[in-house]
Amino acid sequence: MDWRRFGVIALVIAILFGVVVLIGKNQTPPMVIITSMLATTIAVATPLTLGALSGIYCERAGVVNIGIEGMMLAAAFFGWLASIYMNSIFGFAPMPSLIVGVIAAVLSGALFALLHAALSITFKVDQIIGGTVINILAIGITGFLNRQLFFEEGSIFGGNVPHAPGILPSIRVPLLADVPTFGRMFDQQPITIAAIALVFITHYVLFYTRWGLRTRAVGEHPRAADTVGINVARMRYANVIIGGCMAGLGGAYFTLQSVPSFEPLMTNGRGFISLAAMIFGNWTPIGAWAASLVFGTAQAMQINLQFFRELILPEWAFLKNSYIVGLAPYILTMLILTGIIGKTTPPAADGVPYEK
Amino acid sequence: MTENYMLSEARPEPRRRIETNIVLEAKGITKQFPGVLANDKVNFDLRKGEIHALLGENGAGKSTLMNLIYGLHRPDKGDVIVNGKTAAIHSPNDSISLGIGMVHQHFMLIPVFTVAENVMLGDETIKRGALDRNTVAAKINEISKQYGLDADPNALVGDLPVGLQQRVEIVKTLYRNAEIVILDEPTAVLTPQEAEDLFRIMRDLTARGVSIIFITHKLKEALAIADRITVMRAGRVINTVLPSETDSAQLANMMVGRQVILTVDKKDHEAKEAVLKVENLSVRDQRDLETVHHVSFFVRGGEVLGIAGVQGNGQTELSEALTGLRHPTGGKVFISGHDVTGKPPRVMTETGLAHIPEDRQRHGLVMSYSVADNMALCDYYHPPFSKRGVIQPKALDENARRLISAFDVRTPSPFVNAGKLSGGNQQKVIVARELSRSVKLVIANQPTRGLDVGSIEYIHSVIVKMRDNGAAVLLVSAELDEIMALSDRIAVMYRGQIVAMVETKKSTREQLGLWMAGAHVETA
Ligand SMILES: Nc1ncnc2c1ncn2[C@@H]1O[C@H](COP(=O)(O)OP(=O)(O)O)[C@@H](O)[C@H]1O
Ligand SMILES: [Mg+2]
Repeated sequence: MDWRRFGVIALVIAILFGVVVLIGKNQTPPMVIITSMLATTIAVATPLTLGALSGIYCERAGVVNIGIEGMMLAAAFFGWLASIYMNSIFGFAPMPSLIVGVIAAVLSGALFALLHAALSITFKVDQIIGGTVINILAIGITGFLNRQLFFEEGSIFGGNVPHAPGILPSIRVPLLADVPTFGRMFDQQPITIAAIALVFITHYVLFYTRWGLRTRAVGEHPRAADTVGINVARMRYANVIIGGCMAGLGGAYFTLQSVPSFEPLMTNGRGFISLAAMIFGNWTPIGAWAASLVFGTAQAMQINLQFFRELILPEWAFLKNSYIVGLAPYILTMLILTGIIGKTTPPAADGVPYEK
Repeated sequence: MTENYMLSEARPEPRRRIETNIVLEAKGITKQFPGVLANDKVNFDLRKGEIHALLGENGAGKSTLMNLIYGLHRPDKGDVIVNGKTAAIHSPNDSISLGIGMVHQHFMLIPVFTVAENVMLGDETIKRGALDRNTVAAKINEISKQYGLDADPNALVGDLPVGLQQRVEIVKTLYRNAEIVILDEPTAVLTPQEAEDLFRIMRDLTARGVSIIFITHKLKEALAIADRITVMRAGRVINTVLPSETDSAQLANMMVGRQVILTVDKKDHEAKEAVLKVENLSVRDQRDLETVHHVSFFVRGGEVLGIAGVQGNGQTELSEALTGLRHPTGGKVFISGHDVTGKPPRVMTETGLAHIPEDRQRHGLVMSYSVADNMALCDYYHPPFSKRGVIQPKALDENARRLISAFDVRTPSPFVNAGKLSGGNQQKVIVARELSRSVKLVIANQPTRGLDVGSIEYIHSVIVKMRDNGAAVLLVSAELDEIMALSDRIAVMYRGQIVAMVETKKSTREQLGLWMAGAHVETA
């Protein structure tokens, strides 16, 4: 295990927490601030975690996927659209509508991933170009349909956005959620819980199962895998599509768990930040999750500081400009990608099409 | 199925009985690659328990034939018959289940996996949904003990020396109960002593009924170990002979189709003062590991210093540091008294260095440039090639035509892309560019690797001519025969150090082989 990397992660998180605690401690007990920050961090890290898992499945199998952003955006839109159809056109109750929405989101992630797989595995298109195609396509399709369906005269929703069925309710983890103060961390919405579970499931799959061994083999040395009878193309297709499902679930976070609405471009670079998290975590699920929490902390800081705006000391006034704090995740991304955390090693055949 | 390697501890019988039943037969195999007929109606058979050597020059089509038998490629025509039945081999899965195993010329191992993971890949043992590493490890230990293969299941493959990696490959085939084992140029990466060890393992295997196809381009090895020898040339089988009924000269003749001179003609050398001086040089590779440790030596004008050693003992990093492709981490390099330590390649070139690089396609040529442009890569920025910053096509063209005829480069025209030429002619383009200038020092790294015999002889004669004209020559080669034929003095590199330095006249193959294996380090 790479302790230095986790040390850096813990340190950055501690510093960001420290800033908020120092500012708010006169109004709110530090423990309460910390717990609230932790709960927010875990929640807002959800799409990053899922995006990073998406990248891990693809790249461990040797396919670079910079289309995660687009996959999430498309999933956010189609998941939301499906839930609205179910709810307002077919008249289902909110809960089943939301569940169908999540399924639709996951499937649309998978569908875009299938396109990426076909481009990069079968047609051997440059994978960066393939990913860019996905991103542009997702922006185009979601923007266009959003306008056509909701804002055009005579369109199906008659020029006004119907009521969405709401957002996924949170689930209290029995017992743990009843712990005073810290219990709040265990009172989370379902996609967040699923994301954390998927981190550990992915870890197990990658490092303890036949599937994982073969996935890593085609990402490291596809020819070696071929010589022992493993179908390289099939393994790669399957993993890219699984990765698409992860990105799809991450997309569902935006419109079915976080807010009950869709806005064009609402993923706002999270897909790219999750790639940074994947690299920072050295292509391991647990490392990538830890890295996602760093970015999540930066965002949680921004959210929590809003409660303490008046308490910010004059000499720290710059923190009142929410856009400065809002930049933190992006600045962190750049710093992290410059390699201050030491060397990371991608799978050896990452991004290289396999030629027999 | 598993009895194969769970047989008793009985010692292999001292004398092998060669049974005559044929376990594998290739009939009329033909395979066309773009521009090359790699296999042309090839017939080949393998008997139970024999070692059948497949001998041929680089590019003769040996690996292609084996890849077809193993199912990595499909033949255009022809059949493979295994144990008397025509086999439908569409992928390695099919050949593996027919009991065929192959150790590839370039190992098919994943460096970041453990030995156990590499061995089980594709044929995993599963317990309650998870990989059963313990059972696999036990099985590996058993195979390893039985054949003296010495493979630790928990070691990371990337940490193992090549000799051990090769054994992991052999374990991989035995783990799958292979009864036919194909070894593609297994000795290319081994010291002579390690090769002896491999031969012992091969004999053990055949004693237990395994049949082996042994591919090599070295005559001596085929004669030493094979029960039968089949020679291939330019995609065809020339003949199959018994070692007892042939000799090196006849085999060489079959391999290249004419009488070959196995020695290089050269006069006694007249060494002058040192041209290249290396003091205490240390170099790190791209993983930041120090692969050259405090090396010091010199090369005089009018002599060839050969650097012998098994591949991967620091020769690559050493020559990169001497030619400006890599920054040394310590020490000094002087060319004709000028300190050129860590200087860029252009400074080296202008000080009088000619470099024939190890990887000719990556460092020697721009494959997508024409032959004429490639021939001017060292001094395109000087007149007559360039005037006021503008390239003069006419000068490039004249230069190219002159060099093409002087160095006998076979190319349709000077405007053809270098990538279109054969390996031998690509190398001649590099040699023409580098050696047509006035140079004081020639650094040639693996100058004849993968070339046909004609080109090899030509390049050897040019190197000797440079030496006779007074240049200092540093020759790095993994072919001990080449080093011994060309060098006046020989330095042996082992684990990043020069462990021995001798006059060629006073050295023997055996002693050099021992040094290459690190013998002095262990006895010291
Ligand atoms: N995959 C391939 N595609 C195109 N040409 C190939 C391929 N593999 C081998 N060749 C060509 O076929 C010929 C025979 O190669 P090979 O079987 O590797 O020779 P050997 O193993 O005897 O050195 C060479 O000219 C080589 O360039
Ligand atoms: Mg070969």
